[in-house]
Amino acid sequence: MKTLYDILDWPGTKWLFLILLLVMPLASLLTWAERRQSAMMQDRLGPNRANIGPIKLKGILHFVADALKMIFKEDVIPANVHRGLYALAPLLAIAPVFIAFAIIPFGPTIYPHVYTDTLDPYLLATQPQNPAFADAIRLQMFQVDFGLIFYFAVLTLANYGGTIAGWASYNKWALLGGLRSSSQMMSYEVAMGLSLMPMFLIYGTLEPGRLVEMQGSNPLDWGVISWSALNWGFPLTICAFVLFFTAAIAETKRAPFDIPEGEPEIIGYFVEYSGMRWGIFFLAEFIEIVFISAVIATVFLGGWQVPFLDADGFRFGGYIDPNGISTSGWFLELPHWAVTTLQFGAFGAKVILLCWFQLLIRWTLPRFRADQLMNLGWKVLLPIALANIMLTAGFKLLGGP
Amino acid sequence: MSAAHHEETHDANEGPKVLSVSDRHPRVRTIQVVRPEREETTYLEASVKGLGVTLKHFAKNLFLPMKKLAARNAPGAPPPEKLTSDIETVQYPDEKPVYPERYRGLHRLMLRDDGAVRCVACMCCPTVCPAHCITIIPAETDDKGIEKKPAVFEIDELRCIVCGLCVEACPCDAIRMDTGIHAKPVEDRADAIETRESLMSRGIRSTATQGGEGPDWREHDS
Repeated sequence: MKTLYDILDWPGTKWLFLILLLVMPLASLLTWAERRQSAMMQDRLGPNRANIGPIKLKGILHFVADALKMIFKEDVIPANVHRGLYALAPLLAIAPVFIAFAIIPFGPTIYPHVYTDTLDPYLLATQPQNPAFADAIRLQMFQVDFGLIFYFAVLTLANYGGTIAGWASYNKWALLGGLRSSSQMMSYEVAMGLSLMPMFLIYGTLEPGRLVEMQGSNPLDWGVISWSALNWGFPLTICAFVLFFTAAIAETKRAPFDIPEGEPEIIGYFVEYSGMRWGIFFLAEFIEIVFISAVIATVFLGGWQVPFLDADGFRFGGYIDPNGISTSGWFLELPHWAVTTLQFGAFGAKVILLCWFQLLIRWTLPRFRADQLMNLGWKVLLPIALANIMLTAGFKLLGGP
Repeated sequence: MSAAHHEETHDANEGPKVLSVSDRHPRVRTIQVVRPEREETTYLEASVKGLGVTLKHFAKNLFLPMKKLAARNAPGAPPPEKLTSDIETVQYPDEKPVYPERYRGLHRLMLRDDGAVRCVACMCCPTVCPAHCITIIPAETDDKGIEKKPAVFEIDELRCIVCGLCVEACPCDAIRMDTGIHAKPVEDRADAIETRESLMSRGIRSTATQGGEGPDWREHDS
């Protein structure tokens, strides 16, 4: 008989929790936040009036109104479209993002038997089979060594959604949008993959959960100064961070890389879609924003790691001897539940901050031309990414961090 | 020939470098276009600059209080605060802008001291009205100093172009547009026609003197 812990550790449960309770609400809120934030940046007020009776909440309820509107709008299917592919395309656009979320470690591993006690990180590192650490709930659905490669492979499939939508719509503009979508992918995908290679060199793994763990402090390395705050790979990763961020924005197909949509030129591959079918494309875009933020937070910003927070509490400086006793420095002991909650919240805060930053970029920079994007991808990002790999490899050879 | 030569030297100083000039016309020429290669390809510096600008606006509008726009044009309003956001939006149904005093709003008909309509049906305003929106049917009054009054005074607010010529034409300060009220939204075209009564309901007593009040001017003449 399965225990409660087994059910909680089941990927389906985690998927429901992550997608339905965290990602979808955040993506929906982003549709409102984007309009409100862009308004703030342009000296306007933005949507602030949607309300249920006296409940206004600065207009947050606009996303409810939008969803209701799109659901009840007439679903216009033009003549001559390829009915099957036309219906399939929005799902092809949104499904890969949901699948790719499987690799994201959205919180620390929870050990239910020591939930109210202070966890001993030294004991955990040396005796992971200890009964105190049984029934662990790992807040990551899919733990594989090729995690980031899996994400590249799966999220590339999302492009089929756009391309097929453009082809199935029987519309020249839509077809152009679909073609632009695939040609854009050619431009950024290589640089994107290569920009993450230095992370592989630094951490020696592409498994996101392991990446995050390595960005915290390792109890077995204790004896030297605890410096978990500085363990995020900086400054070696700054170049990779900028490269990956640029390529990732191109992946979300939003300004300045919204060439497939390009409202003033061609309306985009979803020009023939209306109602909730279009809404799914729209939502997929915002879920991709959340996903990209989660990936960047995981790979570059320490995931759920909080600076100075170890598994048993905050630790500023000081030495720790092999018995796990802090000999100097300032130490604040926290129970396991407090540490995990803080770390879970830290991941959410990082993701929200990165989402905000993506919106800031989207409302600042004008659209690139297709040839400018290709120049950027092939002539700038790719050489820099290659040089970055060489440099990082050199640092590792010379015994850098 | 000399003119073309002069133009060429002028361009060499200020415009792009001229490689050759056509024989047919001096303004048809080959120029050398120099594109800044670095900015064209990296974009990083310009992007960071732009992000700084938008971030400044975002932070300012997010954290600083909004301008109090409703009171901005009001007479005797306090001077504007120094630290406010840049948002100029007036949230209309909640806060209404205060219009300048000479704003032309909905018409009204002014009243005499006894509450009767001040208009003497002289037909100046329907004559000058470029939109033909004023209808006056005159009637006689018992007061021989006034002679006429409007039995019907209607303004079709849908036709009115709010030019204010009727107010200028009126010799006895009977029609004004100083209410500061917008034309109402209506569901039926007929509802947009302001009647004499509705126009008078907004009227007040004018301080201007007028024929028919005070000493009879005909008695002075004779």
